[in-house]
Amino acid sequence: MTILSTDHAHSLVGTDFSEKNLKAVLNGLPGVDAVGLEARAADLGTRSIKTSSKAWAIDKIISLIDLTTLEGADTPGKVHSLAAKGMLPDPSDTATPRVAALCVYGDMVGHAVDALGTLHGDPDAGLISIAAVATAFPSGRSSRAIKLADTRDAVAAGADEIDMVIDRSAFLSGRLGLVFEEIQAVKQSCVRTDGTSAHLKVILETGELNTYDNVRMASWLAMLAGGDFIKTSTGKVAPAATLPVTLLMLEAVRDWHAQTGQKVGVKPAGGIRTSKDAIKYLVTVSETVGEEWLTPHLFRFGASSLLNDVLLQRQKLSTGHYSGPDYVTID
Amino acid sequence: MSFLEYAPAPESTGLLNLRENYGHFIGGEFVDGSGESFASISPSTEKHIATFAAGTDEDVNRAVVAARKAYDSVWSKLSGADRGKYLFRIARLIQERARELAVAETLDNGKPIKETRDADIPLAAAWFFYYAGWADKLDYAGMGANPRALGVAGQIIPWNFPLLMLAWKIAPALAAGNTVVLKPAETTPLTAMLFAEICQQADLPAGVVNIVTGAGATGRAIVEHPDINKIAFTGSTAVGRGIARTLAGTGKKLTLELGGKGANIVFDDAPIDQAVEGIISGIFFNQGQVCCAGSRLLVQENVHDEVVDRLKTRLGTLRLGDPLDKNTDIGAINSKVQLERITALVAKGEAEGGERWSAACEIPEKGFWFAPTLFTGVQTSNTVARDEIFGPVLSILTFRTPAEAIAKANNTPYGLSAGIWSDKGSRILAVADKLRAGVIWANTFNKFDPASPFGGYKESGYGREGGIQGLSAYLEGGVR
Repeated sequence: MTILSTDHAHSLVGTDFSEKNLKAVLNGLPGVDAVGLEARAADLGTRSIKTSSKAWAIDKIISLIDLTTLEGADTPGKVHSLAAKGMLPDPSDTATPRVAALCVYGDMVGHAVDALGTLHGDPDAGLISIAAVATAFPSGRSSRAIKLADTRDAVAAGADEIDMVIDRSAFLSGRLGLVFEEIQAVKQSCVRTDGTSAHLKVILETGELNTYDNVRMASWLAMLAGGDFIKTSTGKVAPAATLPVTLLMLEAVRDWHAQTGQKVGVKPAGGIRTSKDAIKYLVTVSETVGEEWLTPHLFRFGASSLLNDVLLQRQKLSTGHYSGPDYVTID
Repeated sequence: MSFLEYAPAPESTGLLNLRENYGHFIGGEFVDGSGESFASISPSTEKHIATFAAGTDEDVNRAVVAARKAYDSVWSKLSGADRGKYLFRIARLIQERARELAVAETLDNGKPIKETRDADIPLAAAWFFYYAGWADKLDYAGMGANPRALGVAGQIIPWNFPLLMLAWKIAPALAAGNTVVLKPAETTPLTAMLFAEICQQADLPAGVVNIVTGAGATGRAIVEHPDINKIAFTGSTAVGRGIARTLAGTGKKLTLELGGKGANIVFDDAPIDQAVEGIISGIFFNQGQVCCAGSRLLVQENVHDEVVDRLKTRLGTLRLGDPLDKNTDIGAINSKVQLERITALVAKGEAEGGERWSAACEIPEKGFWFAPTLFTGVQTSNTVARDEIFGPVLSILTFRTPAEAIAKANNTPYGLSAGIWSDKGSRILAVADKLRAGVIWANTFNKFDPASPFGGYKESGYGREGGIQGLSAYLEGGVR
């Protein structure tokens, strides 16, 4: 039997999930020194990843990508094209790994299911998951009922993962209990009729939380409430994912694991566009929480343009020369 | 495969163009020494790098004569703006040759290339840029109009930051209008000789900078030379004491930057992950061979176990090995002698009851290496809590209250550096106010800037280097 995530929370907080008690726990977290955090992230960014390590990293990056399209202009055609890209990222080399998941709006989930066909499934088995953003993404400004219905719709349509946004209004005005309850309620809405459950990624929208202390607090709040993943951003707010923010969230995940034994995933999303940047994230994961986190169930890149840069690097490693943007396919 | 076993990423030594034999740099020329020669080896491989001349009394005298002549006939007559031009030129040449200097320094000293590349060499350039700016502004150094230079300065530097210590010494001396005779340490003379080439490239007038290589006897000849106006020494307290004794009553000015046993104080409200990083950079930067290293960790008793656990986990990710590899965190110990000293002190620490823990690193067969080491259960009376080890060894003590932290931090014959880790600004200021140390870092450690004065209390020496204070140390009427 899988342990319910609230059991982990119980071991830390007890059974009292009142706002007062949550605040006492979260305010007891150690502070974050911004200068020191950024210096450590910069230091991790100086690792020199060459030859065989680089080749391994490039394939790993592809297999950890949530290939994303989140536009008002998304159409069934666009989603089919994205799925084709995810299934066969580089037609010139069929040994190229598939991406981990497609990430789309809830109403596009059905099209994604159709497009993936038999390749729809668990990324651990080499298949591709479908992640849907929900809960009035990206702003989260809607009633609780709408947010939960949004989630249930996406799950019913076949989403394997739900990327929800936290209520930043509640968080920034100090109503932590409200944020906590909402994550729990969305988690409940991820449960399918057969009793299984879609994985829940909790988007903190770190660009709006603004301070590192807030990011650490929100990370713990999301884990206490049962999030399977904590995710930096929607990609709609600048700054989106940064290396220091991701490092900080990885530290939270590491400490959570040390205290509860549970492994929570991390997804930086938005703004990671080059292989060079993505490799820095792999280094940061490995040296902070350990290499075992470099698996689709524990680490993802939320990205769209990253994939083609990685493919160009991959072609360069195998052929010894750079090609160009016309030698990789758009979507 | 394991991703964390990063594939080798060595910096190439191909761009080095070294000579087999180096003499001294006197009067703008490379000249043969009149005495014996000695070899410099790479501490990570024990391979021979080049042969250097052991400076004799005669060599030192030639250098001092050249420096005096340059002072009297050229350097003291140049305008400050013109002196500044040469210094700016040197600074830019250091930047242009940065990669070559970083490789040479790593080869000769044993420290990781990421440190020479990101700290030693850029800071050396920064020192020249900073003091170049002062050269034509001496009227504003706080000593009235037209402050006068001292004349010829004799400068003796250590092996832990060879080129950076050279910059700390030469840049302010030249900006203030002095000429210099400098002796690099006998285990690390290489980058000083590359610097001599830079002086030639910069067309620096002959004799303004003279470099004499050698060991203790050469240093003594500089200290005892009658025509030197100022001695600046960075090194061990024992040698510094001897120099002070020799110079007593001679009228020569003296600044001493000696040993340290820096306290790094971690309060229970510290930003814990950043504190762990700071503790590591405090004691494992340059393998702990840093006079201002945070070698005594004072941690509040209620967070002791957590801090030690986190430290051990983090130390497990440090990579010890080939210093030229860009991913190496911990390089080689500079010399066999130093390794033996570290080993002996660590043995003493164990004998006195300290609990030793060393990171599990594979130690290369050749070269001089020491794994990052912690001592817990250390008492203030233990040798490892009192003596400067000058190696990658951290002694961990506990305290209960701020008052006790301050008392323990100050309870040392040294007083060079200290660190404070706390999220509470008022506490940082209150504690810093009561620490007797020349430099105090708050929520960081081992950060250097040319505008900031650096120096010690008590047995850590006297005088300041860096900033306006470091400039005035080379001017008449200055602090030292």
